[in-house]
Amino acid sequence: MQGHTDTHFEEELRDLKAEILKMGAIVEEMIARSTQALVARDSHMAEEVMSQDPEVNQLEMGIDERCLQLLALRQPAASDLRFIILGLKISKDLERMGDLSVDICQQVTQLNLEPQLKPYQDLPRLAATAQRMVKQALDSFVKRDAELANQVCEMDDEADDLKDQIFQDVVTIMQKETEAAARGVRLILVARHLERIADHATNIAEEVIFMVNGKDIRHGGAKLRH
Amino acid sequence: MAEDKIKVADLNAWFGSHQVLKDIGFSMSEKTVTAIIGPSGCGKSTLIRCFNRMHETVPQARVSGQIQLSGKDIFREDPVRLRQRVGMIFQKPNPFPTMSIFDNVVAGLRLNGVKDKSRLEAVARQCLIKAALWDEVKDKLKDSGTSLSGGQQQRLCIARALAVSPEVLLMDEPCSALDPISTARIEELIHELRPNYTIVIVTHNMQQAARVSDFTSFLYMGELIEHGETKQLFTNPREKRTEDYITGRFG
Repeated sequence: MQGHTDTHFEEELRDLKAEILKMGAIVEEMIARSTQALVARDSHMAEEVMSQDPEVNQLEMGIDERCLQLLALRQPAASDLRFIILGLKISKDLERMGDLSVDICQQVTQLNLEPQLKPYQDLPRLAATAQRMVKQALDSFVKRDAELANQVCEMDDEADDLKDQIFQDVVTIMQKETEAAARGVRLILVARHLERIADHATNIAEEVIFMVNGKDIRHGGAKLRH
Repeated sequence: MAEDKIKVADLNAWFGSHQVLKDIGFSMSEKTVTAIIGPSGCGKSTLIRCFNRMHETVPQARVSGQIQLSGKDIFREDPVRLRQRVGMIFQKPNPFPTMSIFDNVVAGLRLNGVKDKSRLEAVARQCLIKAALWDEVKDKLKDSGTSLSGGQQQRLCIARALAVSPEVLLMDEPCSALDPISTARIEELIHELRPNYTIVIVTHNMQQAARVSDFTSFLYMGELIEHGETKQLFTNPREKRTEDYITGRFG
């Protein structure tokens, strides 16, 4: 797309995008390392991930402020407006993903205090799916690729199915071994957090589709007319 | 859906050999506000000056195609009668400089032969109220129209246009010479007039177009590139040239 005649505005939009990508890269790393900490039972790594949260929070506030200023001072229209609205939403989704990575790590540090309940099979698969979704959602944002974003939305069912499978397996163990209950609940929480990360990746993908072609596909695209 | 108030088809306009409008076609529903946007020289003002046949008054200017007002060909109508039905507000407020505020408002009625003082007073009051100027001028109706501020003068011109009971109001950059407060008053006035009049506003200020209009037409080099609902055109235009213009990407 041709650049704006006003080069300062062009630069401000470029800076906003760079800031979103910076936040995206940090959150992507937090998610990867939190699942690594889980699988490798590495509490030190979990602590490191938790220490990254304040930086993500600061980036969220910074992005929100940039978006607010652009809306107030530039009165953007059309694709510029949709991009800035996406900025406001994506920062929320990324911040929540950062929080969920921290939540996973909190469970990991507790889980590592006791013997492993069972070999993790579906959990790493769920983690890999969630990470793939986050990466692809951010790629679709960079490339302004609605098709790529659409694929992310389709992967959400896979994440939901894996979470359901993990719930079922862990509940079965908990029914047999009552002393496994605490660890079982923690594993269920981890699965739930990963599935929520996948949901936020889906949100980002939906927002990218809106940014690219102006179509709101959330909730099946159904909208009540007022 | 309201009926078409103005319907334009195959409209072309020239100044001498220079064609300024090319095959324009679109409709405006009754009691709606349509904004016409586009870069300087794209034909915005010429387009609205065709609606009250002012374009033809320029030497060497000509026009072809159809414009219907309430289903009737305007080119078959007496231009003077047409201009009563289609009032116009210009960029620079232009009250008659030798006339009082009161005389300005009723000038059109007097030209039409209305002499009854109580009727003139009633219309002047009513139109000044409609133009949101009454409270500011009710105690000085005999003062000169030019004694008012720019924003007040523009509202006086709107009151003057309303006095002859038009159906359509054409506004050619009505706020470009006004400060932000006066601009806000005119925009508020457009909202208040909308239930009773069909309004067409030419503006260089895209935020103004977005604020006041129901529909927007984007003209570029004499062509109508896009005409659609304002909320759609400013959030997700269909045409790339519209997108480039409203996001400031025209080099």
